[in-house]
Amino acid sequence: MKLIRTIAVAGLLLAAGFAVPRLCATEIPQAERRSGYTFMSPDTKAIQDDDTANPGMLWVLDGEALWKRKTGTADKACADCHEDARASMKGLAARYPAYDKTLGRPVNLEQRINLCRAQHQQATPLPYESRDLLALTAFVAQQSRGMPITAGADPQLEPFVAKGRDTFMRRQGQLNLGCTNCHNDNWDKHLAGSAVTQALPTGYPLYRLEWQSLGSLQRRLRNCMTGMRTQIYDYGAPELVELELYLMSRAHDMPIETPAVRP
Amino acid sequence: MASALINVPKKAKRGDIIEIKTLMSHIMETGYRRTATGELVPRDIITSFSCRYNGVEVFRADLFPAIAANPFITFFTVATESGKFDFEWIGDQGFTETASAAISVE
Repeated sequence: MKLIRTIAVAGLLLAAGFAVPRLCATEIPQAERRSGYTFMSPDTKAIQDDDTANPGMLWVLDGEALWKRKTGTADKACADCHEDARASMKGLAARYPAYDKTLGRPVNLEQRINLCRAQHQQATPLPYESRDLLALTAFVAQQSRGMPITAGADPQLEPFVAKGRDTFMRRQGQLNLGCTNCHNDNWDKHLAGSAVTQALPTGYPLYRLEWQSLGSLQRRLRNCMTGMRTQIYDYGAPELVELELYLMSRAHDMPIETPAVRP
Repeated sequence: MASALINVPKKAKRGDIIEIKTLMSHIMETGYRRTATGELVPRDIITSFSCRYNGVEVFRADLFPAIAANPFITFFTVATESGKFDFEWIGDQGFTETASAAISVE
């Protein structure tokens, strides 16, 4: 309620032509960080905890099949170079988005998979949010389950983390909200009955009950941007990757939950 | 690549009540939604699920459009003898999927 009141008051002040006082943007102390999991009902937690009840595992299984399937003009499977994903992909998702030397900017896991497809399999890139790309990403990320997030630790990424932080802190859109106004200042409150949460992306790609499907972090970010009534970045836009990177760096040391379940 | 996730205990004592969990990959399109251009998206759901225990049907369910995607169905049965559970999902547009799981009863 307080949040809604604040927005309403801010709106009134704007309409009246007053200067709006900046809401304080305090970052969440390390010890108070909580995964989105802790905000869920016991029923939803039970779905995530049981691999035979977690629908995200359907994508992981598909991903495992795709991992071994030969594709592209090179007629190579992921497994032909990387062999057993259980060993070669362990801990990888905890480091992503990571710096790509040739591009000179960070790439997320989906982009890395598509780069690998283009360069080594000579295959066409998979479209964002397609079942195959989500499946491969979920399969690769699941190999890091339980491992601490280290994304953003690379010093080359510093300017990109800073840019992501700027996007997170900047007020934008018709509602004139920054991500921080909900996820740093009001994470312990509710918005239309749903927990606001701390925006710590520990389990992507994750199965969202609302979507009835697996989805990427970028899909989630675009959802939030629709809610803020701001200009939505395209899938794969550098701004979205930088935001992903900053969010992952905020979740430093928290364990990967992929494939997580969220309401 | 439709696939099922089945959870049946590998072992049980005779007379035990056991829980069986099944998860089937399916979009469960209701038939009530429209595309951006106003055309109705045709219904595509699972309409029936059944489980046979050594050939004898122990559970059956009818499914309807209000059921969410990737239906998760769990139920209980009594472990009577070692053998096999056969699961079958039937749906619109010729959808059929089967899966099975073995159990040993002591």
